[in-house]
Amino acid sequence: MSSSLFTQDARTTARNAAERRFRACGLAAIVLALAALVWLLISIFSAGAPAFRQAFMTFPVTLDEKALDKEGGRDPAKLSKVTTVSYAKLLALGLKAKAEDLGLETTGMKSKDFAKMISEESAASLRDRVLADPTLIGQTIEFTVLASGRVDGYYKGRVTMKTAVKDKNTSPEQLALADKLRAAGVLDIRFNWGFFTMPDASDKRPEAAGLGIAIVGSFLMMALVLVLSLPIGVAASVYLEEFAPKNRWTDLIEVNISNLAAVPSIVYGILGLSIFINFVGLPQSAPIVGGLVLTLMTLPRIIIPTRAALKAVPPSIRDAALGVGASPLQMVFHHVLPLAMPGILTGMIIGLAQALGESAPLLLIGMVAFVRDFPGGFFDPAAALPVQVYNWTVRGDPGFVERASGAIIVLLIFLLIMNAVAIVLRRRFERRW
Amino acid sequence: MNDMRLTERNVASDTAKMRARKVQVYYGDNHALKDVDVDILDKTVTAFIGPSGCGKSTFLRCLNRMNDTIAGCRVEGEITLEAENIYDRRVDPVQLRAKVGMVFQKPNPFPKSIYDNVAYGPRIHGLTRSKAELDERVEQSLRRAALWNEVKDRLLSPGTGLSGGQQQRLCIARAVATEPEVLLMDEPCSALDPIATAQVEELIDELRENFSVVIVTHSMQQAARVSQKTAFFHLGHLVEYGDTGQIFTNPRDPRTESYITGRIG
Repeated sequence: MSSSLFTQDARTTARNAAERRFRACGLAAIVLALAALVWLLISIFSAGAPAFRQAFMTFPVTLDEKALDKEGGRDPAKLSKVTTVSYAKLLALGLKAKAEDLGLETTGMKSKDFAKMISEESAASLRDRVLADPTLIGQTIEFTVLASGRVDGYYKGRVTMKTAVKDKNTSPEQLALADKLRAAGVLDIRFNWGFFTMPDASDKRPEAAGLGIAIVGSFLMMALVLVLSLPIGVAASVYLEEFAPKNRWTDLIEVNISNLAAVPSIVYGILGLSIFINFVGLPQSAPIVGGLVLTLMTLPRIIIPTRAALKAVPPSIRDAALGVGASPLQMVFHHVLPLAMPGILTGMIIGLAQALGESAPLLLIGMVAFVRDFPGGFFDPAAALPVQVYNWTVRGDPGFVERASGAIIVLLIFLLIMNAVAIVLRRRFERRW
Repeated sequence: MNDMRLTERNVASDTAKMRARKVQVYYGDNHALKDVDVDILDKTVTAFIGPSGCGKSTFLRCLNRMNDTIAGCRVEGEITLEAENIYDRRVDPVQLRAKVGMVFQKPNPFPKSIYDNVAYGPRIHGLTRSKAELDERVEQSLRRAALWNEVKDRLLSPGTGLSGGQQQRLCIARAVATEPEVLLMDEPCSALDPIATAQVEELIDELRENFSVVIVTHSMQQAARVSQKTAFFHLGHLVEYGDTGQIFTNPRDPRTESYITGRIG
């Protein structure tokens, strides 16, 4: 007697159950991965978003001739001997005068307390401005200063009245005054362009630390990696895939390329240190060395997807080209490469993105150094975005935690832009056919 | 096989365009083709028939050295085009392939426009001096491939957007655009429906006026319909070569007879 199609037999039931279990596992894995991603993004953005906003104070500062140029005469050599301490005092006086002008309560505030509300960085920038234009001495100018890290942190939830009681660097009175200054319009919180343009700052001035040099350094290195690894990588792939004889040597090369792609990146740092710095004698911390090291690291990671893309071009296209009498080189450049281009570009961008996010090899070639001057070219010391993140996370002041997360956001945005470029290029090349 | 129009068969010329003598082909250690002697006549359609794996495609690909691209493939013996050995050291296969064009089993137009597909050969070989001349060459080739009327209004649309039969005719147009002396066709109709097949077959007959055509086919009816000369391959040997009428009506070798009557293959 044959069984009915309307009832499932035991085997079918078991098979269906197995399929349901497998689907549930897959779905669970995806949900887990998404949850992890969301969690990561939320934690980074909640920690990093405040880095893009910053507390500034604007008030008149009297550039007292007695304090800055006792003898008069505006001799640049003598002016440059006046340290930031004198300027910091002038700033504190200016803030105090402004507070008193506005009739704000300042009981329990010494002039030192006013100074602590202002970033030390601002004294330096005021000094720079006076040195650039000594005629300002004796005048009263409207000057915008960065609020100190503690005052800034107060508006970002990092510092509270409670923590301020025990904090040597601030006091509840300072924070209370900051609130009043804010109400009076002296202190305001604005978008922090300086985060993108300013160089790194020392341990006690998180409010002044910016990514300027790191962005420039990373950009220089990426330009070098692109310029070097794209032609070398594509040429190597084309040769190996289209022209090289298949023998023991090419097999050996192939195995080595695969292995090189798996070599930990820090090893490339050691290689770069011993070859480019110790042997060739290139300067430390320079984008040229970083770019070369990252190129070495990226090459195998570009060659592998490029070869895969070339391999994926149907052999019938090669036959067609050779069949009408194209030379192997014409076959490659007229037909195979254009067809493989989307895949090559994707591999390229992924390789570049990896290089952009790489910090370990750069640590070894000295890009971890504290750099204050913008690099004028490939041979000047610079920083790099991922190393800057690392650098800030090891610093003591809690203000740097926010900066580090902000830097990660910037890095992620760069990666997103690169991926978007890859997608646009892919589309363009695919549309041509 | 009443569709064999044997009466139409008259070989137009007796001059051999290509000559193969004692051709041996090895794929690594595998001796794929043994002692093949064939004369390909000028302005004639020659068909290679035989069961799968008999070596007919291998031999076809020897005629324009497409086998060079296969790793481990080795060709011995002598193949001449107009009395010049094409396996001579001095011969550049690229130059040879401009003279001996090829159409493949699966239509393989370049993923470019119809115009660019046909113009590609003349362009890389520098056959035309001006844009007008190139236009003319493209039109002439498309007309020869009996495709002009179907595509003349959309020359700039992609070649891959055509139907299978049209794509194959486009490939034929691309091959004839370089004015080859010999046109090799490797099962050109095996991926096509019967209507497209009929069109291509008709076209092959017309191409005979200008080129000598060598066609590999699995279909004996097709061989009978389009060719004047037929070669039967079996297990790497050229078993029999002669006028198509004679092969199909009066085969000399018992293996040929078995094959065309469907007992082996």
